[in-house]
Amino acid sequence: MKGKRAFKLSLIIAVLIVAIIFFAAAISLTLGSLPALKEFGWKFFFSKEWDPVSDRFGALPFLVGTLLTSFLALIISLPLSLSISILLGEYMKNGRFSSTVKSLVDLIAAVPSVIYGFWGLEVLVPFVRNLEIKFGIVPYGVGIFTASLILSFMIIPNTASLAREVIELVPGDLKEAAYSLGATRYEVIKKVTLPYARSGILAGILLSLGRALGETMAVTMVIGNNNNIPKNLFYPANTMASVIANEFTEATGDIYYSSLIAIGFALFLVTALFGILGRYIINKTTIKIAK
Amino acid sequence: MKGIRLRILKDRAFKFAIYLLSLLSLTPLFLIMFYTFRKGLKAINLQFLTHLPKPVGVEGGGISNAIVGTFLLVTIASAISIPVGVWAGIYLSENKRSWISEFLRITVDILQAIPSIVIGIIAYLWVVKPMGRFSALSGGIALAIMMLPIVVRNTEEVLRLIPPYLKEASLALGVPYHRTIIKVIIPAGIPGIVSGILLGISRIAGETAPLLFTAFGNQFMNWNIMKPVNALPLLIFNYAMSPYDEWKRLAWGASVVLILLVLAGNIISRMVAKKWKVQF
Repeated sequence: MKGKRAFKLSLIIAVLIVAIIFFAAAISLTLGSLPALKEFGWKFFFSKEWDPVSDRFGALPFLVGTLLTSFLALIISLPLSLSISILLGEYMKNGRFSSTVKSLVDLIAAVPSVIYGFWGLEVLVPFVRNLEIKFGIVPYGVGIFTASLILSFMIIPNTASLAREVIELVPGDLKEAAYSLGATRYEVIKKVTLPYARSGILAGILLSLGRALGETMAVTMVIGNNNNIPKNLFYPANTMASVIANEFTEATGDIYYSSLIAIGFALFLVTALFGILGRYIINKTTIKIAK
Repeated sequence: MKGIRLRILKDRAFKFAIYLLSLLSLTPLFLIMFYTFRKGLKAINLQFLTHLPKPVGVEGGGISNAIVGTFLLVTIASAISIPVGVWAGIYLSENKRSWISEFLRITVDILQAIPSIVIGIIAYLWVVKPMGRFSALSGGIALAIMMLPIVVRNTEEVLRLIPPYLKEASLALGVPYHRTIIKVIIPAGIPGIVSGILLGISRIAGETAPLLFTAFGNQFMNWNIMKPVNALPLLIFNYAMSPYDEWKRLAWGASVVLILLVLAGNIISRMVAKKWKVQF
């Protein structure tokens, strides 16, 4: 019986370590951001001044940058990822071609983000710059639009794989009923499949959004690192993640340093919220479908 | 049947659009792969893999320090996250409904959702600040935090699939509980567990953001885990942002090595899961 007790204890210890890592992380981030939040209060998130020289910090430009890049990326990627999930969930359920497409989508998720950034820097930035010259916009090349393009591609797998799973789970008899009433395939997808899979698609979108909000390297390399609020979508900017990546090692002074941690803390809270929400919806959906 | 032609037309147009958009969403992948391999394969030779980077203006040079660094970081991360992760996964599958398990699942989900750059900050606060310098150890700990949730979740999911009668049979023979877990449950689930670990490794091997202010980067060879090390993704980032063509050439070569490494991890992970799949 001694062995059993020791074994159970070791399991509990492992669980405790995981829990401690989580709580310690939350506490460290809170303590780290306290000096900045004490100094600036809630205004920290609504002030657009980011001035290391006079030690005045406000995170508004980065909030704006993060929201713009993430939502623009989501809008661009949604038709693409939904198409893939409909293709794999409806038109090509199995077969060699289908499994190839699945592996390719997995591959999109597996490629390290620094390589997306590098490619973006070398290929996409000159491309966007040429476009901007053609349309008579100031040709930065780098900026919110370029970052969103890269991001929109990177987040395709998150929505696509979840949406495909729920589309596959739509009961066959529901679809067959619609077919027997004379509906075309398009009408079945539009009126039966997609409404039924709605919540799963929503969960996929939330997870994609969480990924887009926190994505660092690819964005940092192509967004142009400008600490002011961007004037338009083709303007260089900075996101919450990219400003940390750029300035954390250079941060001199406690307030500067603590301001960056506070931005990280905000990012932590937002992505945690999205993660929980997405997971909650997934659990609810699978339970509903299992019933 | 008014409008049947229109409806059929709509149906065909929709199908066409789905195929077209799907193709469009995979195109960037082909472009990126093609471009990276075209640029990077030229850079790779024996010297590239076994030499240190050269200073600006000197031709040649390699990425041996980054390969060693990535190896060190992944080893440290695995040493921490595999035992803790597998054990926590066993706890979850053994106590499916307890409140501790419910709570732990939420924790693991949140850990998995934390952006990698924030994990970098956490490791900085925990290790770099008290030690007073950047180190391979802090980078390894950052990567361990990223890998942990993957291992926990995967272990739990694999062990859940093992039928209860296997465990009951062992217990009925009088084998004590802990020996049942170690001698029956874990061996039955080991392919899935290993496949999850490999997946976790290939995920963290490509991470840059958590290393920026932990492992930091190093121009020289370093085996000491208390000192800063270079890593493949860090090298790619630093050299990609540099204005020198020679350094960019190294970065493309390193990109190819990194992609192959990540791909190999993914493929082996799938093969392990498929080959050793225990059928019940």
